Amino acid sequence: MKTKHLLLGDEALALGALNAGLSGAYAYPGTPSTEILEFVQGHPLTRERNIHSHWSSNEKTAVEEALGMSFCGKRAIVSMKHVGMNVAADAFVNGGMTGANGGLLVIGADDPSMHSSQNEQDSRFYAQFAFVPTLEPSNQQECYDMARHGFELSEQLGIPVLVRLVTRLSHSRAVVETENEPMPQNALSYPKNPRQWVLMPANSRERYRQLLKDFDKAEQLSETSPFNSYTDGADKRLGIVVTGLAYNYLMETFPEGCPFPVVKISQYPLPKKMIGKLTDECEAVLVIEEGQPFVETQLRGVLDRTGRIYGKLSGELPRTGELTPDSVRKAFKTLCPSLECIKETEILPASQVTKPRPPALCQGCGHRDVYGALNDVLKEYESPKVFGDIGCYTLGYLSPFNAIDTCLDMGASITMAKGAADAGQHPAVAIIGDSTFTHSGMTGLLDAINENTPMVVIISDNLTTGMTGGQDSQGTGKIEQICLGLGAHPDHVRTIDSLPKLHDDMMKLFREEIDYPGLSVIVARRECIQTARRHAAKKK
Amino acid sequence: MKTDIVLAGVGGQGILSIATILGAAALKEDLHLKQAEVHGMSQRGGDVSSNLRLSSDPIASDLIPLGGADLIVSLEPMEALRYLPYLSKTGWIVTNTAPFINIPDYPEQNVLENELANQPNVVAFDMDELAKEVASQRASNMVLLGAAAPFIDLEPEKIEEGIRIVFGKKGEAIVESNIKAFRAGLDKAKSLSK
Repeated sequence: MKTKHLLLGDEALALGALNAGLSGAYAYPGTPSTEILEFVQGHPLTRERNIHSHWSSNEKTAVEEALGMSFCGKRAIVSMKHVGMNVAADAFVNGGMTGANGGLLVIGADDPSMHSSQNEQDSRFYAQFAFVPTLEPSNQQECYDMARHGFELSEQLGIPVLVRLVTRLSHSRAVVETENEPMPQNALSYPKNPRQWVLMPANSRERYRQLLKDFDKAEQLSETSPFNSYTDGADKRLGIVVTGLAYNYLMETFPEGCPFPVVKISQYPLPKKMIGKLTDECEAVLVIEEGQPFVETQLRGVLDRTGRIYGKLSGELPRTGELTPDSVRKAFKTLCPSLECIKETEILPASQVTKPRPPALCQGCGHRDVYGALNDVLKEYESPKVFGDIGCYTLGYLSPFNAIDTCLDMGASITMAKGAADAGQHPAVAIIGDSTFTHSGMTGLLDAINENTPMVVIISDNLTTGMTGGQDSQGTGKIEQICLGLGAHPDHVRTIDSLPKLHDDMMKLFREEIDYPGLSVIVARRECIQTARRHAAKKK
Repeated sequence: MKTDIVLAGVGGQGILSIATILGAAALKEDLHLKQAEVHGMSQRGGDVSSNLRLSSDPIASDLIPLGGADLIVSLEPMEALRYLPYLSKTGWIVTNTAPFINIPDYPEQNVLENELANQPNVVAFDMDELAKEVASQRASNMVLLGAAAPFIDLEPEKIEEGIRIVFGKKGEAIVESNIKAFRAGLDKAKSLSK
């Protein structure tokens, strides 16, 4: 018996994992991956089976926790946005080395077009150099089906598996058919080869040789994977290599079926034989993939000068931003102008009267009051610099605040302010949210405390992880304690409510601590207006 | 059948509830559906859009191609105009005319009115006002859904069923008030598009 559900790609993957005997889900919130753990948290099976579903402090702790569960033989998933893969990279790459015992899926959700991110990095590159197989679903049904397939692949090879999502799959809904009976969970069991879980050089050398062999086996499995396929076509002028979500744009271009032979790839390492058959038969190859030209680069190598390989590097497809049905269609029009099955559509011109409407901090948001007071104080100094961080408060860069000078990665406000102070910058102010502080700010703060660096760290504490929709923040209720515990001077760990009526008090406090020639932490606190509304509605 | 819809509005206005309701109705009718949206930063008072594709046949792309949308459905007049290149030449714009002004350079009311009037197929009226009249202003998205209903290949009764499914948990009073707003929008659109 099967049931139909309407699910986001994120949710379909989460449900697939739940029904495939999941024991633990780990994550730090990040667009577009957040809904994976949220779905697990809200599912009745999670309570029934006591499945782990708390948020972790950051992506690295999340991957390590999931590896610990896998070590004990149980199935685990760990999800994050693409830049979270950077934070988790140490654990992820070495997780390929330890291998997996219970099935382990590492889910990296990429954000081509940077809808809500700093860059367009492609998680498939991580999997390649970690020797970790990758699954790249092309639709929501595959998201669901690949969870179970991924666990089995991971257990068969004894390696974690990367599941690569992209925004348009994570955040797109479709009808998904699911089983009704969840599989049993794995019992506790320990690795057959305990040596490989202790990555000391002697063990690692032996394990690395084995990992390379296992990766060859993974390549064989890609040739026969139910998610990879070769579909013949009559027109051999072009062969298509298409991966993941991009397959949908190919099908949108050719609703009656693609006239060219197609290799669809949703499981890596690349099925070389399948691709070889295509390149042998066709005059040229078009590679269509979402994100960076990962497959295209491999097909070209350094030596290919035949000019037979088309895609993002040769310019038929756009090098930046996500693919669209239009960009894929255009590539075919460019390469095969005579194709009759592609019809021209008349396109209305864009309206000239619309104006951009950028996102803004909510009315009633405490970050507004922090920036208001900070800007007023900093007018008193000659060349102040404010180092920003990742969160809603990054919007402080925009008008009307124009308040921050940098935004790099999670936690970098504190460490960049420190480096600037080391260079002689004064005032050097860092502004960071509570969740970002416990994610990656604490260690940097320790550096500044140890040197008593003359700088001010403002922790704008809204008691939640706001930008991703209000998930629990790991430091709630203990931010000051954490700072004091790290060794900050109690006289210079100061707290204030970030309220409009305290504007002048905030200014006074900021001024005093900027003028203090050492490290200060100011905790400016006010609950996120969005979560406050939700809490008020619940109380009613 | 096939209806491709671009839903538009400003973060927090409630366009995604329209998608949820059409989704519930489509699932009940055993139709295919794809609905792409963007979460995250765009929720904070910025422009928000969603692509919703309904069809009796399987749907390939999650995104609607340029010139392919049968409908632009918007809770805000300037946002309706933002997506013109996606509208098919025979497509319709159904939009609220009550502006949501949170930017300093928001266009003058008459500029927007003229631009909308220049489009061939438009249903535009103040949906906030009608919602207030028949239910509450919060229901203006249901007025919009009602106004869009004549252009969607799904009987209005089946969309109403979607409203019942989505709001059922909140009690009969909420369901009825939303259906009232939906019907008011439907009647108004019928009278305007004749």
